[in-house]
Amino acid sequence: MGHKLIFKDYNEALKNNRLLGLKCQSCGAITVPPKIACRQCAGQDMEITELRGNGKIRTFTTVFVAAEGRESEIPYTIVMVELDEGPWIMGNLETTDPKAASMELIGKRVKMENRVFPGDKYSAGGGARPLFDLVR
Amino acid sequence: MKKVAVVGVGETNFSGPQEKTGVELLAEAATEAITESNLKPKDIKALFVGNVLGDFAEGQGMVQAFAAENIGCLYVPANRYEGACASASMAIRDAFMWVASGYYDIVLAGGVERAATMGTGLATRTFAMFSDARYEYPAGITFPAVFAMLTHLYADTYKIPLQKLREQMARVSIQSYNHGSVNPRAQFFGKNASMPVEKVLGSFMVATPLTLHDCCPFSDGAAAVVLASEEAAKKLTKKPVFITGTGQSSCGPLSNQSDYLPRIRAREISSRRAYEMAGVKPGDIDLCELHDCFSIASLIAAEGLGFFEYGKAGEAWEKGQADIGGKIAINPSGGLKSKGHPIGATGAGQVYEVVKQLRGEVEPARQVPDARVAMTDTLGGDGGTLVDMIFQRGW
Ligand SMILES: [Zn+2]
Repeated sequence: MGHKLIFKDYNEALKNNRLLGLKCQSCGAITVPPKIACRQCAGQDMEITELRGNGKIRTFTTVFVAAEGRESEIPYTIVMVELDEGPWIMGNLETTDPKAASMELIGKRVKMENRVFPGDKYSAGGGARPLFDLVR
Repeated sequence: MKKVAVVGVGETNFSGPQEKTGVELLAEAATEAITESNLKPKDIKALFVGNVLGDFAEGQGMVQAFAAENIGCLYVPANRYEGACASASMAIRDAFMWVASGYYDIVLAGGVERAATMGTGLATRTFAMFSDARYEYPAGITFPAVFAMLTHLYADTYKIPLQKLREQMARVSIQSYNHGSVNPRAQFFGKNASMPVEKVLGSFMVATPLTLHDCCPFSDGAAAVVLASEEAAKKLTKKPVFITGTGQSSCGPLSNQSDYLPRIRAREISSRRAYEMAGVKPGDIDLCELHDCFSIASLIAAEGLGFFEYGKAGEAWEKGQADIGGKIAINPSGGLKSKGHPIGATGAGQVYEVVKQLRGEVEPARQVPDARVAMTDTLGGDGGTLVDMIFQRGW
């Protein structure tokens, strides 16, 4: 059995602010990003489902030392968000002041858009990632 | 399964950029281990080598074959292992399996890396290759960022005020610096002893809340060990150190570990297997070289290995319970933080240390008195590869 959803199609959808996941037909768990097997029960009977992109921040950091090729991006804030559907997902936080990111962010509600990483000489192309905005 | 002993160990200095090539570094560590084992290169039946980024650091792949030929182990099978920072521990565990199976009686395992030679930009980029390239790297994940996020999550999960947690983490770095300062092969030998908490907290920010002094350095270096069957070991040394338990585990990207974070589930599974195989409990371990790539990583590791309760490891460091003379001696070598972290060699460096400790052969200032049972714990990526091994005196 192959993938029901692969990176290429997940990525194209994400570029349009649509977050696709997989719903397990055995245990009901949502798996995102896509894999062949359910992240909870390893069952392979899954159907594509569109997630709302809403959730809350579980943790964060603001990065000051960049990887080669990404020096112009620092400082930037990475967040791990617990989606309302259950899974956690990594993305960035839309903020005008990344240096001000503090523990108060944890638990805050966010809504997803996206930003595209154009790729570098190692990455075989680019990829979108979730860009989260605080819900005010 | 046959019993398997470490009969000899070797190591280069762990340091900043070195002039020697990866092949040369590995060959020197290997030759020291073979010589210490009272063996000749022709006695080695196979090589198992951790090397992560030789391709990027110096355009050199397949370092294991060139090193085998360099030291005179001609035409033997030579395998390379890549499990990010756990690579050498994977190599040693597989070498253990081959000897335990009876197929080989004497093998060499180790690792090499020239991460310092790469410089911060390329090293940061390539280390990030051990997060998920498609679903994590686009967000700009770096290794400090992974453990920085685990720090905030740890503070939130265990309801520890961030400032208090940061002070506990500073104690971890200070203890590692103290041990490394008296380890002649450590990157920070002769440096950083008795660093004040304020200096740790006040150094420049890498990824909030981790400062420079919360982070291990980029390092060059190599380490190697010779493993032998019990019968072969008897003829080679009066002080064989037996590998009595091993475990290894894998898992996916950080966000997929959410059911357990800030705990690293793969470590709990890996270490439990090692404990079961050895028939010992966390309380039986006299010293542990664990994976302290960042100060918070020590707390998470010490809890996952069962040495301290979840959320309590920071208090243990504050009280000296994780130091020599405490409940368990953690990282008497200085650990990754102070001895250094040449990623493909790190696990072999940990084994080098615990073997020397069990033999009672390290500098008095960092010797764990009467050490009998030791453990190594190595983490690759953001929890993607975990290897734990238990070592016991054979005399
Ligand atoms: Zn399922």
